[in-house]
Amino acid sequence: MAKYLVGLLTGLLFGFGLALAGMTQPEKVLGFLDVAGQWDPSLLFVLGGAVGVTAISFRFILRRKTPVLDSRYYFSEKLHVDPALIAGAALFGIGWGIGGYCPGPAVALLAAPGWELWAFLPAMLLGIFLQKLWVAVLDKKTIVAEVNEQNDCS
Amino acid sequence: MDSSSIIQALIGGVLIGTAAALLLWLTGHVAGISGIIGRVLFAAKKPDEFVWRLLFLIGLVIGAKLYYLGYGAAPTGREYFPAWLLIVSGLLVGFGSSLGKGCTSGHGVCGLGRLSLRSLVATLVFLSVAILTTTIVRHVFGLGGVNG
Repeated sequence: MAKYLVGLLTGLLFGFGLALAGMTQPEKVLGFLDVAGQWDPSLLFVLGGAVGVTAISFRFILRRKTPVLDSRYYFSEKLHVDPALIAGAALFGIGWGIGGYCPGPAVALLAAPGWELWAFLPAMLLGIFLQKLWVAVLDKKTIVAEVNEQNDCS
Repeated sequence: MDSSSIIQALIGGVLIGTAAALLLWLTGHVAGISGIIGRVLFAAKKPDEFVWRLLFLIGLVIGAKLYYLGYGAAPTGREYFPAWLLIVSGLLVGFGSSLGKGCTSGHGVCGLGRLSLRSLVATLVFLSVAILTTTIVRHVFGLGGVNG
């Protein structure tokens, strides 16, 4: 129960932060990525603010052997850079650079529904589905089994 | 861009980082949105795994909505942007973040925060590819910019 409340409240903080930071305005995101145009550097401060907080706080948090409400941390067990990581990041970068939405702001579109929500969000979910399906077919497993074996990202 | 835009960006970033820190400290999970969406859709049959992630996404929507209600700045759709191009972009964002096991939040905010080499490489790759893509789409093809 406490975990559910934590999920809701951290999600709320995250979504408010995204909107305040301008990350839910694709024009602003593309204005940052468009270094050859009228460059808008403000998104550097979003990343700087966020990573500043995580880089400092994670050091203290991870001194605890376990999180407060669980018995372990759910980091990815992978340590090495592999071709899937590079290819995935590159494909994601192409998509992000075209439309200006990464997954968080894509979900936040539900807070301001318009045509972009209906064009982008279903396409993104289909993209996730196709990737999981592809891996599951290669590994001869169901999608659910495949996803359940993974830890969190990064 | 003006100084208030920079301050907003900085405070917004700090809130995002704080949310990620609280989630890790309390539950041990990474606030990676693509991973959370993937599990809400296709995995985590156990309520314990599924419900908090769904609530996180609902919270994310409510948080953005609260900002729009409080400050009256909800983004409106770009009329000039081709729909087919946005659909292609969505497919690539979904497929790529799933294949690369993370997006701006998982690799960028959380992974960099814990000094993960994989996340550093992923962030450098998607950021540089995105900059290159925006440049090509806007200045070579003349698509997706304010001028259509």
